[in-house]
Amino acid sequence: MTLFNLLFFAIAALIVASTVLAVTRRNLVHAVIYLIFGFFGSAFLFYLFGATFLAALMVIVYAGAIMILFLFIIMMLRVEAPEERLFPPRQLLPAVLFATAYVVVGALLLLQDATAVVPLPEVRTGPAAFGRYIFTQSWLAVEIASLLLLVAMVGALLVGKRPAGESEE
Amino acid sequence: MGIAFGHVLALAGIVVVLGMVCAVTRRNLIMILLGVEVMLNGAAIAFTGAALRWQQLEGQAFVLFIIAIAAAEVSLGLALIVYLYHRTGSLDPQDYQVLK
Repeated sequence: MTLFNLLFFAIAALIVASTVLAVTRRNLVHAVIYLIFGFFGSAFLFYLFGATFLAALMVIVYAGAIMILFLFIIMMLRVEAPEERLFPPRQLLPAVLFATAYVVVGALLLLQDATAVVPLPEVRTGPAAFGRYIFTQSWLAVEIASLLLLVAMVGALLVGKRPAGESEE
Repeated sequence: MGIAFGHVLALAGIVVVLGMVCAVTRRNLIMILLGVEVMLNGAAIAFTGAALRWQQLEGQAFVLFIIAIAAAEVSLGLALIVYLYHRTGSLDPQDYQVLK
């Protein structure tokens, strides 16, 4: 059991535990806070896997921007503490069905694959190498992603704007 | 024994299943969107592990685009949720029965 293994299993336990807690929370703010812990765990995992730039991006974009946007919306909408029944049976049944099917198929696939137990190498990709790769090999995808973000921003502005005829109440 | 790609795939699978259960069972639009985020996170974990397994940077590049698309999806999705809340005063998808 090397330090690499120990760190991996500790981080995996952190991710799974915080995601389970987030999914089962009744209070939306608590769910978002737990999910932030889960995304921090993913950032640790990316760093462990040598993707240093992605680890930083995970903290900045996912935990820092997306989750805070969720928090803003939850606080803006004044969602009253709902007496929502967690996991109503009518929706739980298909979820359990699909989850068990998925888990069984995934476990079978993993057990079949003999190469799935080959230990992973320990390498690190610095931000410079990653940036050079992105901007030489997949620059078109970067352009498309930036265009998509622009379209999303325009769409959000249009949807968020009140219609011209509607007066402020 | 070292950590293997199978362990990484198992972790990613668990995270994706958790997100799917959240998106299917919860009755709150914000929690459904959070479930989709969790699923995207699981996919990102699998891609990073694959990048390490085959020593190819494509996997990491794909995670970059997953993050960008998640940001776009969340901004538009939350704008739609706010719009729906102002229109109907509810976040429960079961309440949207105007067409019935």
